[in-house]
Amino acid sequence: MAVTVKTFASASEAAGALSSDRSARYLGGGTLVMRALNEGDVAISTVVRAQDQALTRIDASGPRITLGAGVTFARILADRDLGFLHAPARSIGGPAVRNMGTVGGNLFAPNPYGDFTVALLALDATVAVAGAFGARDIGVEEFLQARDRQPGTLVLSISCTRPVSSEAFRYRKIARIKPKGGSVITLAAHLPISGGRIAGARIALGSMAPTQIRARAAERALEGRSLDAATIAAAASAATEGTSPPDNALGSAWYRREIVGVHLRRLLSGQE
Amino acid sequence: MSKIPLQFRHNGRDVAIFVDGGTNLLVALRELIGDMTPKFGCGQGGCGTCSVLIDGELHLSCLTLAETVAGRSVETLDGMKQGPNLHPLQRAFADNFAAQCGYCTPGMLMAAKALLDRNPSPSRDEVIEAISGNICRCTGYEPIINAILAAAGGRVSA
Repeated sequence: MAVTVKTFASASEAAGALSSDRSARYLGGGTLVMRALNEGDVAISTVVRAQDQALTRIDASGPRITLGAGVTFARILADRDLGFLHAPARSIGGPAVRNMGTVGGNLFAPNPYGDFTVALLALDATVAVAGAFGARDIGVEEFLQARDRQPGTLVLSISCTRPVSSEAFRYRKIARIKPKGGSVITLAAHLPISGGRIAGARIALGSMAPTQIRARAAERALEGRSLDAATIAAAASAATEGTSPPDNALGSAWYRREIVGVHLRRLLSGQE
Repeated sequence: MSKIPLQFRHNGRDVAIFVDGGTNLLVALRELIGDMTPKFGCGQGGCGTCSVLIDGELHLSCLTLAETVAGRSVETLDGMKQGPNLHPLQRAFADNFAAQCGYCTPGMLMAAKALLDRNPSPSRDEVIEAISGNICRCTGYEPIINAILAAAGGRVSA
């Protein structure tokens, strides 16, 4: 079925079109919306696009970085100032998907996708959105919780603070096919160390719930402690708390619950 | 619903077509231009056999909204041969038994071309990474990897 394609020069016009039409979807890199159209998704009757250069801008010069929603994973991998995001960007798709898929779109990718968002959740990223009520900034965690209830929202950019060291931010994706494959589980950890102790631990998990979630019990086990074997074991044993993993072709919910602590332990102890 | 006029460069030649809203580039190439070299595999971005180069960058044509290539350059396998001669990559695929059923071959060749265009002497790991978005159910990949390395090494005459 043919759909109406509306192309706008500015993101704000696109946001207006999106918020006034419940059957409209914003087309970013195409890996989600075109896939839905190819499958004959009749819920989509309008496709909205914006050719706004602000949506593809990268600002990685300072301690806080901002990525336009339309920035592709290939561009992140080509940017040396974004080295801390290379591991999550590289874990997505093959080269063609990385040339197309965007950081904004990844916020909407359902299981077993959305790996980049796991990294953003651990980094406590902020999402700038434009909707019927104008533009505003919200935390990525709040964004994910409200995502499916707000179809008319356009993501403009995502920003986060650069981790102080490569040790402070870690990422691990478990897939059955290497180097490409959907996520069995995905883990990211932000572990700022202050005076030898972890202050502000954030652990994020992908494919462990309907959306990417924080492992709060594991975070509590880490907070205020040094990253030693006993702390890591406590965090690993708390990893499943609050999770509701899916059953799918890549793994059962039972399997995911069994392995998430093992991989969290490996991530925290710096094992390959 | 009205048709949308679309002009772009297809293998070095300007083309002009009319597309329906929401038409993907693969359908435009196959059904409206008659270039049957990109194949339909999954329609989901999982198999890679519809791969084409857009302004030299590897893209999946089935997930590309046709009208987004307006004014841009699209290369498909059909544009790879050089007159009556096969491209060195095509020759290497033939010589190294890299095609069995052949359905993945157009995408494999475009992914390989995208790699060699920017990295003329890749390592084996770089070749594996470059074709990681392309699925082959026949060969087990080894002959394909060897063919791309052979083409890069210049051991195959064009």
